[in-house]
Amino acid sequence: MAKIAKRVFLLIMLMFIYLPILILAVYSFTSATQIGAIRGFSMQNYITLFTTPELTDMIRGTLFLALGSATIATILGTLGAIGAFYSDRKMSTLISSLNQVPVVNADVVTGFSICILLVVVLHVSKETFIPLVAGHVTLCAPFVFLSVMPKIKQMDSSIYEAALDLGATPFTALTEIVIPQIVPGIISGFALAVTLSLDDYFIAMYTKPAMFDTISTYVVNATKGSQTTIKTALWALSTVIFAVVVLIVVGMNVRAMRQEGGSRAETK
Amino acid sequence: MENNTNIIELKGITKVYEDGYTAVDDFNLEVKRGEFVTLLGPSGCGKTTTLRMIAGFSMPTKGEILLNGKSIQDLPPYKRPVNTVFQRYALFPHMNIYNNIAFGLKQKKTPKDVIERKVRRVLDLVDLEGFEERSVSTLSGGQQQRIAIARALVNEPEILLLDEPLGALDLKMRKEMQIELKNMHDKLGITFIYVTHDQEEALTMSDKIVVMNEGKIQQIGTPEDIYNEPRNAFVADFIGESNIFNGMMTGKLRARFCGGEFECVDDYEEGTHITAVVRPEDVELTDPELGVIQGVVDSVIFKGIHYEITILSGKNEIVCQSVNSAKAGNRVGIRVQPDNIHIMIAEDHTNLFFADINKDYRLEYNDHLLDTSVTKIIKGSSRRDDGTVQDASGEAIDPERMRIQVAIKPDDIEMTDDQEAGLINGTISNLIYKGDHYSYIIHTELEQDFVVNDEYLWNMGDRVGLMMPVDKMTFTLKKK
Repeated sequence: MAKIAKRVFLLIMLMFIYLPILILAVYSFTSATQIGAIRGFSMQNYITLFTTPELTDMIRGTLFLALGSATIATILGTLGAIGAFYSDRKMSTLISSLNQVPVVNADVVTGFSICILLVVVLHVSKETFIPLVAGHVTLCAPFVFLSVMPKIKQMDSSIYEAALDLGATPFTALTEIVIPQIVPGIISGFALAVTLSLDDYFIAMYTKPAMFDTISTYVVNATKGSQTTIKTALWALSTVIFAVVVLIVVGMNVRAMRQEGGSRAETK
Repeated sequence: MENNTNIIELKGITKVYEDGYTAVDDFNLEVKRGEFVTLLGPSGCGKTTTLRMIAGFSMPTKGEILLNGKSIQDLPPYKRPVNTVFQRYALFPHMNIYNNIAFGLKQKKTPKDVIERKVRRVLDLVDLEGFEERSVSTLSGGQQQRIAIARALVNEPEILLLDEPLGALDLKMRKEMQIELKNMHDKLGITFIYVTHDQEEALTMSDKIVVMNEGKIQQIGTPEDIYNEPRNAFVADFIGESNIFNGMMTGKLRARFCGGEFECVDDYEEGTHITAVVRPEDVELTDPELGVIQGVVDSVIFKGIHYEITILSGKNEIVCQSVNSAKAGNRVGIRVQPDNIHIMIAEDHTNLFFADINKDYRLEYNDHLLDTSVTKIIKGSSRRDDGTVQDASGEAIDPERMRIQVAIKPDDIEMTDDQEAGLINGTISNLIYKGDHYSYIIHTELEQDFVVNDEYLWNMGDRVGLMMPVDKMTFTLKKK
């Protein structure tokens, strides 16, 4: 009895997580204009998605923004974590606690305050993309810091000194010895930064140029609007994003399993 | 290779950390080219800090370090012609063995063929030929240690610094590596500065040992000097096993300690407070009537090549190593050849005595309870629900096997006429006027001498009680 209850509970939980997106995915392959009546299979939504310049530009722009700000955030977050680790204890604690604040802080506050500082106080035009990129870097860098820090702590801290001892300059020691040790943390930090940037709505809302839209801001506007073809094309977009995410996750798990198997074989 | 120039000189090196902790205090050392010097001391004595200052990872607060007569104060670690073998190897896990060893040479832009030749040569030196392509994680601890040594040696440093390099190896491997390191040193002629807390390691390998404690040099000398002529009680206690007693000179070449009067070869003025050191292997057991002092055999432990015999004489405990066994409970006499007694002038007259842990886990001395808690003395220990005490790792503490060494300064003891009030009673056997106070020696009922400072005059032979406030005592845990 308890076994069945467990199974049912699990099933309900999984349904809560996956059913909404599955419904969307199913409808994206139909010609239905609204959820409810299925009229037949159609790829029209996908054609619209990849041929409407407004939509493709928006997707490309969002991806560029995500990759660009994630790159900057990864560099800053990684350097920050390394710096904090090699500072004395007081400084290190200070940096780590200050890093916590933007992590917990509401995105609305971050977006709004960056907008105030850059646009209102410093008169930086939103059209330069600087406020938007600055906003997304601010959003992502603390998370990169958090995903890199544990890797640095795991690392044998004397290898940096060993590199110096063997004649490497601090820069060489950093790039050739320390960074290769923390690459897994940097990669997961980068992935996290990309997702955060793709996800963000509030910061983009406050800091984006008037004629530029990210997927989030676009979707919010489109669902308010009345253009049905665009709306249903967004079902297709959601499905594509979901498929990409599933592929990445599966790929990462397969790789992890292979590595595990590989290292086991090696020790034999 | 042997010549007499100093390769490195440390002059008045002091290291004070930001929190005010003095890790190294006025450290002076000269190391000759090609010497094998060991910095030896318990953990926290400043030996690693000193090594790090030579390597350049840490800057001295005061003093200077001269390499070949020139200050290397402003040289960063990567410009110093010294290389370090780290305690936990610090090999680069993402590089194979070849690249690990070649790393230093690559930094110096050495031509590729030269690198290849040198790497092969050091691998040969550490007996790991053919390991070039292996990854670090496939090597055992001992092999990793050899690679760490090879990686340092391939740069042909003027000085090789070794920071407890054998600490992570098991005993057998450690012994092997000790011999190999010593051979390497003799073969290469490179100056080795070696840091360890293992006295046996230091005695085995070194040309010169620097014994350190609490940031200060206690003694510098050859292994023989350090072992046979320890300069103070700390060195005697740290190097090898020793019986250490407080006592005083009672005449020309005569000293009283451990409840008896012994002949000795060190000539100090009568009345001098002394510390006497007797190595366990120098304690001779005789028939009771032939000994200078008598005692009862407390325990006998077989150690392979000898027996370790503990004898109780009054409140004193004497450890003896002998090839002949003894029987617990037997009365024996104890004798020591005069030249086997090493006498040092006592530096401070801190009184040391042992208190026992009783069944209720309270401290007891001379049948008096000491008002302190055992859990406070043993770091990290706590009282269990059933009243027994466990140590930091959760193991039960056996009061039978532990005792507490109590230290108290002469100024902190007060003398009283009231025989009931003192922790222990005794008679004044000596007094010296020290300008503003008298320094008394009180010979107690338990055959121990206590040094007490008092500004008032008492008479020789007075019977006094000694009052010792518990808050002035410091406690150290000792294994029986």
